[in-house]
Amino acid sequence: MSTGPTTKDESTGPVVETGPDEGGTHHDHPGEGKYIKIALILAVITAVEVAFSYWEAVEGILAPSLIFMSIIKFVMVVAYFMHLRFDSRLFRRLFVAGLALAIFCFGVLLSTFHVWTR
Amino acid sequence: MTDTAVTASAGSHTEIEPAHPPTSTGLSNEKVAMWSFLGSECLLFGALISTYLLFKGQSTPGSIEPADVFDIPYTSVSSFVLLMSSLTMVLALAAIQRGDLRLTRIWLLTTALLGASFVAGQAYEFTVFVREGMNLRVNLFSSSFFVLTGFHGAHVTIGVLMLLSLYTLSLRGKLPASKAETVELVGLYWHFVDVVWIVIFTLIYLIP
Repeated sequence: MSTGPTTKDESTGPVVETGPDEGGTHHDHPGEGKYIKIALILAVITAVEVAFSYWEAVEGILAPSLIFMSIIKFVMVVAYFMHLRFDSRLFRRLFVAGLALAIFCFGVLLSTFHVWTR
Repeated sequence: MTDTAVTASAGSHTEIEPAHPPTSTGLSNEKVAMWSFLGSECLLFGALISTYLLFKGQSTPGSIEPADVFDIPYTSVSSFVLLMSSLTMVLALAAIQRGDLRLTRIWLLTTALLGASFVAGQAYEFTVFVREGMNLRVNLFSSSFFVLTGFHGAHVTIGVLMLLSLYTLSLRGKLPASKAETVELVGLYWHFVDVVWIVIFTLIYLIP
């Protein structure tokens, strides 16, 4: 990412030129309206999660659906609020490396003790 | 965060100054450090969550279990509060990036208050659990639960202190728009604390 001047795009905010290692040109952060929309979506998903935990009809698929919804929330916060979708690829790699290592190590640990099937 | 900060000068033209000194990667070293730190934090919380999942349901029969103590509606409200604090945090960043320092202070203080409400709610929840006979030493479930949620609460508390520090700096005029990256770094930490709670809330509270 260069430290030179940015060029202003009236519709989408400043365009930041990035180096070849960083994935080329990308647009800057989303606007406040988008942040509010994302927060509303997150609030709705949280409400659905809580409703699911009380709903006996979905008991058979409760755990997978709750995990799926929490993954959506996780990705939305990281991508939009933490701007990982818009920032340099290096930041994404640093974070995903730690996350993937954690999921792998502790996934193996929990599988060893048959946590998923007990 | 853009790599440049636009500063209005006294004249009619606009000066563009870099938000950070030149680095070998072209990226802010502070941001690289923060993302590396957050990546390592995934391992810390991964270990704590795994420990809880390992010990859940492994206590001696008759001793206290999650279903006996968890108050889902109460924790849902706490989760909602923390989720909304992420919104106010990102609004604080947007405000400082466009140079609106008054609104930056308002959103920073709102975020700190929402975070403090979450911590206060967690402290109240802990006192209820202790009153019901659940403490660090009663069984493996309660030990791992208190360590996990306690570590998370400590992270939120540190975040609140950082937000209040930013608010104080801004009040003293030491947080100009050119230092938006400082707000962004604290924001990254704050959002991470929020995403950790998203996982904890689902795995520990909602899944029976």
